[in-house]
Amino acid sequence: MSGKIFTYVMLTIAIIFLIGPFIIIFAASFSESEVLSFPPKGFTLQWFKKVISMPMFIRSFETSLWVAILASLLALLLGIPVAYVLARFDFPGKRFVEILTTLPVIIPQMVAGLALLRIFIIMEIFSIRTTLLIGHTAIVLPFAVRIISSSILNFPYSIEEAAISLGASRLRVFINVVLPNITVGIISAFILTFITSFNNVPISLFLTGPGISTLPIVMMTYMEYYYDPSIAALATLLILITLGVVLVMQKLLGISKML
Amino acid sequence: MAFLELEGVSVGYHKNEFVVKDLTLDVEKGEFVSLLGPSGCGKTTTLRAIAGFLKVQKGKIIINGKIYNSIPPNKRNIGFVFQNYALFPHLNVFENVAFGLKIRRFPKDVIRKKVLKALEFVGLRGFEERLPSQLSGGQQQRVAIARAIVVKPDLLLMDEPLSNLDAKLRVEMRAELRRMQKELGITTVYVTHDQAEALSLSDRVAVMNQGKIEQFDTPENLFLNPKTLFVARFVGFQDFVEGDVVDIENGLVTVKIGSTSLKAKGMNALSLGMRVILVARPKNFEILENQSTNSLKGEIVSRIFQGDNILYVVKVPDVGYLKVEMPAENAKWRENEIVFLKVEPENCLAFPKED
Repeated sequence: MSGKIFTYVMLTIAIIFLIGPFIIIFAASFSESEVLSFPPKGFTLQWFKKVISMPMFIRSFETSLWVAILASLLALLLGIPVAYVLARFDFPGKRFVEILTTLPVIIPQMVAGLALLRIFIIMEIFSIRTTLLIGHTAIVLPFAVRIISSSILNFPYSIEEAAISLGASRLRVFINVVLPNITVGIISAFILTFITSFNNVPISLFLTGPGISTLPIVMMTYMEYYYDPSIAALATLLILITLGVVLVMQKLLGISKML
Repeated sequence: MAFLELEGVSVGYHKNEFVVKDLTLDVEKGEFVSLLGPSGCGKTTTLRAIAGFLKVQKGKIIINGKIYNSIPPNKRNIGFVFQNYALFPHLNVFENVAFGLKIRRFPKDVIRKKVLKALEFVGLRGFEERLPSQLSGGQQQRVAIARAIVVKPDLLLMDEPLSNLDAKLRVEMRAELRRMQKELGITTVYVTHDQAEALSLSDRVAVMNQGKIEQFDTPENLFLNPKTLFVARFVGFQDFVEGDVVDIENGLVTVKIGSTSLKAKGMNALSLGMRVILVARPKNFEILENQSTNSLKGEIVSRIFQGDNILYVVKVPDVGYLKVEMPAENAKWRENEIVFLKVEPENCLAFPKED
């Protein structure tokens, strides 16, 4: 009995720590007071109105969205073939490729960002936009490879062999048999890479500049100068958008299958 | 010339480390041949090499007079039925069966006709719209068979197709498989570790051990005249005693065991003074009250009820514990009784002891 009480107490503490901050942000975003405060005073939607009418937020939101979608798509385009080869074939140097694809996770992102800044921007090889995209793709690629190769590994190889014995070429097997059966993995990889890119600060910090910036960077900069609830309103909006996406996916696919 | 010929085939997963060594096998057109053996004996490896999933490192695979070694698996026109069915999970039954026909670019109406005919053949008409996940194991395996045969392959390979089914269904499917194979007249190579399955399905059975064929023979011959100790053990003979050959006469040998001796059928080349192992089936022993020719004295240790049969465990001095099986109606013997075990010389086989 006392064990049960202990479990509930721990559970409650965990929930408070996990969800508590979100509830505070959520509540604070409706506050009438001029500074970010909790408990909120009164109720107003003015901070939401302010946020969605500020060009710098809107522009950086668009940039973030654009970078996150393109980086995720690029990561899938590169990641699916890499994941397939890693999951299905043995070749000399396979370990090396595996380590290479996890490197972006191991190297501190600050270092990666600095390297990209030095090479591509200072030497003027690519534009800021392109470099930002390259940096984000590199950061999210390992996630795509990992998730997709695990869903390929879960797909019995004998099914591919069955298709081969029926006369299908390797390419046809991949397109007609493998791809349709790893869509769940591909979609969950896309969601994870999208969110990772959208939230990224360290890489973006080096690769944004005047005229182009991502939303997290703009939010950070904004907070350095202002301390009003508009930042809480923005955070609330982002949480709601993410929650909406996840709920829709759950409805469509079943989250248990995804993760 | 046989339809399928394996000539000195060696296959392995690493260089110079062969799982299948120098294997030679002939399968006639329309024949049903099983590869039988314990796990790890190389039977599945052999099958996968025939299918082209594994590279042959030495030797030749010849089908219909043509060397197949370097033909890629998707150009071989060989049907393969897997243990785990390997149906395409995202396609329904109809689309699964139609897969190979679509690749062969048959017109739509021909595909439809062929698929429905194949489903009829395996007894699954009316299941076209179901997904594999909505079928039982037995039904899934039928779909897999329909999918393999609908393209009219030159050769059908099956890798333990029944071993994921429950015992009752397995026996039912055996008869079904036999019917389908005979009706289609399709040359079939079947892999299994279940000797009853191999013996009941096949025209000929190749018993494999450590990458080699021990004996390739009809089920009757394997069952009655195993050529090696390994095959004898695999088809239900039990080792019971070792002894020395003291006399050879008309294929029968007399083997001295301690203070007594037994007559047995000599397998392989035996010579006087050779150390041999005697094997017999538990049901070929007779339990007698009195001493008789070719019998051993022992004490019944336990009596185990097995339904139709009773299993006795008999302790024989100098020999050890022997299993004796007999129909329940004859099993009047009790535990602790002193009895004599008689075995006819032709039911008792003598093999040279391997070192």
